[in-house]
Amino acid sequence: MGWLIPLARFLTSTAHAASSTFMPPAATEIASDVDSIYAFLLWSSLLFFILLIGGMIAFVIKYKRRTGTDKTPYITHNHTLEFLWSFIPFCIFIFCFAWGWIVFHKMRAMPENALEIHVVGKKWDWRFIYKNGREITAGVDDDGNKTPATMVVPLGRPVKLIMASEKVNPASNTDAKDRPVLHSFYIPAFRVKQDLVPGRYTTLWFQATEAGIYNVFCAEYCGEGHYSMRAAIKVVPAAEYEEWLSGEAAGAAGGLSLAEQGKQLYANRACIGCHSLNGSAGAGPTWKGIFGHDVPTDKGIVKGDENYIRESILNPNAKIVTGFQGGVMPSYAGQLKDDEINALIEFIKTVK
Amino acid sequence: MANPKAPTAQGHTGHESEHGHGAGHNYLNHEKGLWSWLSTLDHKRIGIMYFATVMTFFLIGGLAALTIRTELFSANRMVDGKVVGAVVTASQYTRLMTYHGAIMVFLVIIPGIPAFLGNFFLPLQIGAKDVAFPRLNLASWYCLLVGAGLAVTSMFFGGADTGWTFYTPYSISLSKAVVLLVSGAFVGGFSSILTGLNFVATVHKLRAPGMTMNRIPLFVWALYSTAILQVLATPVLAITLLLIAMENVFQIGFFDPALGGDPVLFQHFFWFYSHPAVYIMILPAFGVISELIAAFSRKTIFGYTAIAYSSIAIAAVSFFVWGHHMFTSGQSEIAGVVFSAITMLVGVPTAIKVFNWVATLYKASINLASPMLYAMGFMFLFTIGGVTGVFLATTALDIHFHDTYFVVAHFHYVMVGGTLMAIMGGIYYWFPKMFGKMVNEVMAQASFFFIFVGFNVTFFPQFVLGAKGMPRRYYDYLPVFEPLNRMSTVGSYMIGTGFLIALIAVIHALMSKQKNPGPNPWGAKTLEWTTSSPPPHDNFETTPIVTAGPYEYR
Repeated sequence: MGWLIPLARFLTSTAHAASSTFMPPAATEIASDVDSIYAFLLWSSLLFFILLIGGMIAFVIKYKRRTGTDKTPYITHNHTLEFLWSFIPFCIFIFCFAWGWIVFHKMRAMPENALEIHVVGKKWDWRFIYKNGREITAGVDDDGNKTPATMVVPLGRPVKLIMASEKVNPASNTDAKDRPVLHSFYIPAFRVKQDLVPGRYTTLWFQATEAGIYNVFCAEYCGEGHYSMRAAIKVVPAAEYEEWLSGEAAGAAGGLSLAEQGKQLYANRACIGCHSLNGSAGAGPTWKGIFGHDVPTDKGIVKGDENYIRESILNPNAKIVTGFQGGVMPSYAGQLKDDEINALIEFIKTVK
Repeated sequence: MANPKAPTAQGHTGHESEHGHGAGHNYLNHEKGLWSWLSTLDHKRIGIMYFATVMTFFLIGGLAALTIRTELFSANRMVDGKVVGAVVTASQYTRLMTYHGAIMVFLVIIPGIPAFLGNFFLPLQIGAKDVAFPRLNLASWYCLLVGAGLAVTSMFFGGADTGWTFYTPYSISLSKAVVLLVSGAFVGGFSSILTGLNFVATVHKLRAPGMTMNRIPLFVWALYSTAILQVLATPVLAITLLLIAMENVFQIGFFDPALGGDPVLFQHFFWFYSHPAVYIMILPAFGVISELIAAFSRKTIFGYTAIAYSSIAIAAVSFFVWGHHMFTSGQSEIAGVVFSAITMLVGVPTAIKVFNWVATLYKASINLASPMLYAMGFMFLFTIGGVTGVFLATTALDIHFHDTYFVVAHFHYVMVGGTLMAIMGGIYYWFPKMFGKMVNEVMAQASFFFIFVGFNVTFFPQFVLGAKGMPRRYYDYLPVFEPLNRMSTVGSYMIGTGFLIALIAVIHALMSKQKNPGPNPWGAKTLEWTTSSPPPHDNFETTPIVTAGPYEYR
């Protein structure tokens, strides 16, 4: 059986060579996992295709009609054959399903302690906001062409994107054309993709294993500028990333980090009146230790995540924390901008 | 007296109709004038009216596709401040893409086989005089016509640019065009529901004496499974489209979060119909292929029962797989996993069919006439479409392929490589029965060559484009994707040429004066081949009595 291992090695390397012909470069571990499934399916598909279509062509040549009165055997069925061509594909399908699930689970299990970056999509641009307040937007080059926003991330560190879709014109409340729509953040080199859904946060993570610049496309149709909604991700060594992050002046918020902006909002927008930071109950529940923990409410136990906090700000009566009255807090819908809600969430994350 | 030269079919013991009214009398000349067509209750004439309607819209949808491909021939470039390489604007492009999809799905592929070939041949194949509800049958054609009219009208109100999927909240934008187009699909949907209802009743109640359920041809089995889907799934689409229209007109928040709705809910509703709809589109094609394979290999079909019941199995399972369109939508991981598993199960009955068809060819007597070429083309292309479906059902892989050209290539291989090849094969096969004339074989084979080769040149590169990461519904792309897009565009012109030849062949045959090919030019065994070509108004001179299965070649 000693020949099996070199054979398996040969097959695996050939399979990977074949898949890399069609797939973009793989820049994460998950991308390589996906390519392995792809290679397996490519080869088993080819095998079945040759079996079926090769068989068909062979029969057509061999059993071409000779005379107008050819006699053909009367074969109605064959249980063994029928069982085999049902059962073998079934096993392959279940194998693909299980393998797909394992890798899919890796994609969807958000790592703890990942570097978090906010991603905002609108018709038809991307915006990236780092925790230190640094904001990256699309620009225009000397020739008047759009240059895509470029996210810089460190090599070998898990990065989690917290993504939301926003209005074209944040000031507009009435124009239906301005409302946020679906987008999808797609990084072919990482083999990951996640829709941005208006009204909630969605998340995506990756851990780049190869330095380089990678394309980001919007993959969910969002209107006539859909095709132009591109961005880039630049993967650099960790030291270079740290230098980049602190090297230039942070964005529009006067050098304040998101949590610091949130803290200001906490004081200025009257959150402070009802929500304590030290664990004591006011008219509303304390913010201490909400994030990342289970919160008991009248709708059952809720995980204290970004979506829960966003909902509690915009629609405070949706879920009432156990022991508190509903109807006390007014909705902040239209009062706080999406970016301000992000800042508040980042502040709440720091109140441990 | 029975014609001793005509092969007997299904143990039919009635008289050959040639000796009835005289050769000249048939459903085409039974009545005269336009009104006799517009008010006809004859399933054959209604089938022909569907034929004309479907082909007209196929032409429109096809021209939209060629314009799309022409735009995508080159990546657009800025030269001296001007865009070079564009034939339409982005705004026109999104409308072309929307109408190409909506027309091809709702007005061509869905009615294509059931309402055209099915209407004509289902009653003939089970030995009935007509469908169960002839007046409803006519009403269904008018529904399609009104729906099509609304869709065309929407083009004059700015045109919808939502894609045929109408995803919310993009489609909620106070657009008159969107409201008109979804109303068109809504009304057109009733055409599909009524046809399905009619077929279920017809198959149950109007079979000829001796035509038991295990003797009905596989085309009828396929139409029957399809009819169940049409009746059960289409109303869900109708309601969903109505909700879209209401949300647009009255700003009621069903789907737009800005109004308090949930955009992902729309996707659930939409795919609850539109995934079964994929099988509404492909199951009838399976039926046609079963007929073609049996007739042109002059051999009983291998695994009649397996093929018949696999259609029912596909129809049943197809109701529980809609979430595989939504792996990246934000639905929960567990939902994705469950939908992936169920989707894999659909693969099994589908694989069974293809294996059975190939097995039928073993020791057969194969006549490579044009309908059989199309059947073989179908198997080639559908197998590629099928195996790439497994790629997409695998969650981790789908995350990469979702909304890229890989998906575009996959469903064109299934819908065009599958359904449209079957329609073409079916037209050439049944043409002598419908019109009493044969299509010129050289032209038919030439059209096959151009369509088959052109199809692969068009869509195979799109698998590679998708794998490399080019998203779908893109008006323009990165220059790195240009060579494969060029190849794809060249292929699309070949497909266009093929269909042009097919159109000329059909018109040429209709205009030609040729000798009637007789009731059974292909030597097939199902009942429609026992009556004269074209069939008389009541289909059969005497009600056939069936004593055997549909493919008794011995």
